[in-house]
Amino acid sequence: MAKVDEPAHPDSVAAEAELTEAAASQANLAVAPELVADSLGEYLRAWVARIRAGESGVLPVIGGLLLISILFQKLNSHFLTAGNLVNLLVQGSVYMTLAMGEVFALLLGEIDLSIGFVSAIGGTVVAELVKQSSGWPWWAAVIVGLLACAAIGAIQGTIITRIGLPSFVVTLAGLLGWQGVLLLILGKGGSLPINVNVINDIASGNLTATASWIVMLAIVAAYAARTWLQYSRRRSKGLVVPPGSLVLLKIVAVLVAGVVVVVICNTNRGTLVPIRGMPWVVLIVLGVLAMWTFLLGRTKFGRYVYGIGGNAEGARRAGVSLATIRTLAFTLASFTAGIAGIIGASRLRSVSTAIDGGSLVLYAVAAAVIGGTSLFGGRGKAMHAVLGGLVIAAIDNGMGLQGYSAAAKFVVTALVLLAAVTIDAVARRGRTTA
Amino acid sequence: MTSPVRSAPAGSSPAKAGQALLELRGIDKNFGAVQALVDINLEVPGGQVTALAGDNGAGKSVLIKCIAGIHSPDGGQMLWEGEPVHVRTPRDAAALGIETVYQDLALCDNLDIVQNMFLGRERLRHLLLDEEDMENAARQTLTSLAVTTVRSIRQPVASLSGGQRQSVAIAKAVLWNSKLVIMDEPTAALGVAQTAMVLDLVRRLADRGLAVVIVSHNMNDGFQVADRIAVLHLGRMVAVRPAADLDRQIVVDLMTTGASTREVGRR
Repeated sequence: MAKVDEPAHPDSVAAEAELTEAAASQANLAVAPELVADSLGEYLRAWVARIRAGESGVLPVIGGLLLISILFQKLNSHFLTAGNLVNLLVQGSVYMTLAMGEVFALLLGEIDLSIGFVSAIGGTVVAELVKQSSGWPWWAAVIVGLLACAAIGAIQGTIITRIGLPSFVVTLAGLLGWQGVLLLILGKGGSLPINVNVINDIASGNLTATASWIVMLAIVAAYAARTWLQYSRRRSKGLVVPPGSLVLLKIVAVLVAGVVVVVICNTNRGTLVPIRGMPWVVLIVLGVLAMWTFLLGRTKFGRYVYGIGGNAEGARRAGVSLATIRTLAFTLASFTAGIAGIIGASRLRSVSTAIDGGSLVLYAVAAAVIGGTSLFGGRGKAMHAVLGGLVIAAIDNGMGLQGYSAAAKFVVTALVLLAAVTIDAVARRGRTTA
Repeated sequence: MTSPVRSAPAGSSPAKAGQALLELRGIDKNFGAVQALVDINLEVPGGQVTALAGDNGAGKSVLIKCIAGIHSPDGGQMLWEGEPVHVRTPRDAAALGIETVYQDLALCDNLDIVQNMFLGRERLRHLLLDEEDMENAARQTLTSLAVTTVRSIRQPVASLSGGQRQSVAIAKAVLWNSKLVIMDEPTAALGVAQTAMVLDLVRRLADRGLAVVIVSHNMNDGFQVADRIAVLHLGRMVAVRPAADLDRQIVVDLMTTGASTREVGRR
């Protein structure tokens, strides 16, 4: 290495250029395929290259979901019946919603361990307010329940950001503290039944079969119109767009998913009386999904959440108020947990001290990460929480059908979570060395 | 948040011909007992690249942080377009048209080029992000700077090479109609080809009429791109001269001892 001191030597310049080129081709692998592809074929090639580079998108989760379904169907032919699948959707709705809350914390590179019990508090506040002796109307109870949860999130977020404590510790204290408050409200071993139909119908009420079709088609039509209009407007202005066939493919995929869900929900699943139609809770989950997707994708707040997750110091220097955005994110996480808590209370038609907020929150983190949200911040979507929540619910439900104990369920879920986190960490390493 | 205070009414007298965009007069800065800057005088004219040289600890970083509003000087005066100003925060600096590109670039890896360039100053339409407007503006700025090597301005910064990242950070600084761009070690982490690319970009900024201050350890950079070289030694400005009046050996003398008896062309 005698030439070390002469960087301008032709040999080393050539080597440098070669290295730069290699780095560039390496870097190209990590570019989202829809940005560089003009046709569907090119898109697929870019997509394969990207998976090799450790950026896989949501397809592995969907693949995993299919695999789990086939496996459980082989073990128990009851798994893929309409009745069980709808049950699975309703079970999963709590995990999905809770996980959508957790995504806010994870995107910042933080974690919120308290949302399990915060959701229980939300359900309990509603149950306390609608019970006979309180006599609040259901909507007022729901509003107060959600506001209580948001306030809890705001308090925890303020402690985390203004005092500068790690979110792990503050929300761990929340996990213990709110469990204590729950015991305090309900009394030792206490439970409180809910007798208000509107609340109970969230999880167990259904749309009529016709209404299910109409609502589903309306949602798909709205999605398709928005996606296609945006695509054609961007294209006419000469902005970066994915291939048109890909946009069509996405719309068709959403339509197929919608039709499948409605067909399953509209199949009679009653044993004594016919029961059919889409559960209301599916609409609530979709509503939360649409709301948070919009918030994260189209507003300044969402952009700042991603910015802070990617490079907090960079965001701070760009003039982003870290404390405000972080506090708001924790507030929204707890608020979303409140929605999950009301869904959970509705499903059980009661609240009780038996609610295990500890495993709920771990399921929520697992769902978000399995769906593709990074634990290291900056990468994730509300959609990931929904897909991951389905995986968790499928495992929970399938193993329950097989008669496995809670112990076995925990172990399997833990292994799936570990696998998802490992993929996340390995992909991250791939990104940083590229 | 304080707005920059001008002692003369705003909007008066545009910069006179030949007048420096930024002028520092007798700037002092102490950290406790340590005198980081002593009586610094420096003129930064528009349309020229001023290189700031100095050994480690000479006060280069402190000086640019004083200009950028991160530190406030303990004494002296700062003139912007001939008028005294007080820059107390980075926002004050930005309001005047001073943008700083730090060594670590402060880019968010997970955001794309457009998102990074507008981070903290997003354009809105009906309270929502106006992606189309931002994408167009970002594209125009990158094209005007001849930054054309990126495949898509919608690719995440994580997928860019070091030189491309530096270019994005510089373009981000230019986007805001800035008049003075300060760069801290813009080529420190780059290879030969990438360094050339970034130095070309620096030159183009000056050719557009912007004032550029670069801090660099690498003397090659200084001589390749700078019109003027200012040398700091132990917190004092020991020389501010046109690059043509200096050579490497003289700069090394100035950096290490604060004085040089040599002349250009004689060894």
